[in-house]
Amino acid sequence: MRHGMNHRKLSRSPSHRKALLRNMMNSLVRSERIETTVARAKELRPLADRLITLGKRATLHARRRVFSLLSDKKSTEKLFGGLAGRFVDRAGGYTRIVRTGYRPGDGAEMAIIEYLPTEEKMAGTRKKKKKKTAAGKEKPAPAKGRAGKAAEAKKGSAGKKATKPEGEKTPRKRAGQQGKPGKTEKG
Amino acid sequence: MPNPKRRGSKCRRDKRRTHKKLANPAQSTCPQCKQTRRPHAVCPNCGTYNGREVIAQD
Repeated sequence: MRHGMNHRKLSRSPSHRKALLRNMMNSLVRSERIETTVARAKELRPLADRLITLGKRATLHARRRVFSLLSDKKSTEKLFGGLAGRFVDRAGGYTRIVRTGYRPGDGAEMAIIEYLPTEEKMAGTRKKKKKKTAAGKEKPAPAKGRAGKAAEAKKGSAGKKATKPEGEKTPRKRAGQQGKPGKTEKG
Repeated sequence: MPNPKRRGSKCRRDKRRTHKKLANPAQSTCPQCKQTRRPHAVCPNCGTYNGREVIAQD
């Protein structure tokens, strides 16, 4: 039975694991988008979301709790000075994990975990409106990740998306080849 | 102690094993570039997932 298994151990001692997760939290706050293994991303997600929840609270107590998680003044500052504010109308689910493939070397499945960029919100609301006009009144659809799908597919343009990523630390793959909204040209 | 009376033949052994085989990996088609890709993962060809560009391409 899988009773009492609340988290992955990630093959680490408790202290090592704590340090790893802390490092990842800091990287995520700093870059807003990191590439890691799926298992690590999934372990990171609840922590990353909690950071935002605390950040939205914006009290001294919350700030101290965040600092106790991050141990980094700069990241704490960034979280309370804007990053958390981006999610004021969102009740949870601040992150996205997308699988990207397998790492050469050890074959680990990799994923990108990111804080949802600002413009995603717009995509969600636009979708909602469209739905309303199209299919009469409907329950306010869950305006999240999946909501963007149909709208974008309809529009068929990835243009606005491509303007998004500007983290200081972009993953290696993307370095130096950003821009260009083109979606399907192959190399 | 009961024991097999006969050694099993290669033929029977191999026939037993015909059902032991690898399955093909799951595939789906990328809605953007129509190439096959792994389901629930970023398309390795065009770098999109759910109609969104996840990995910037040149």
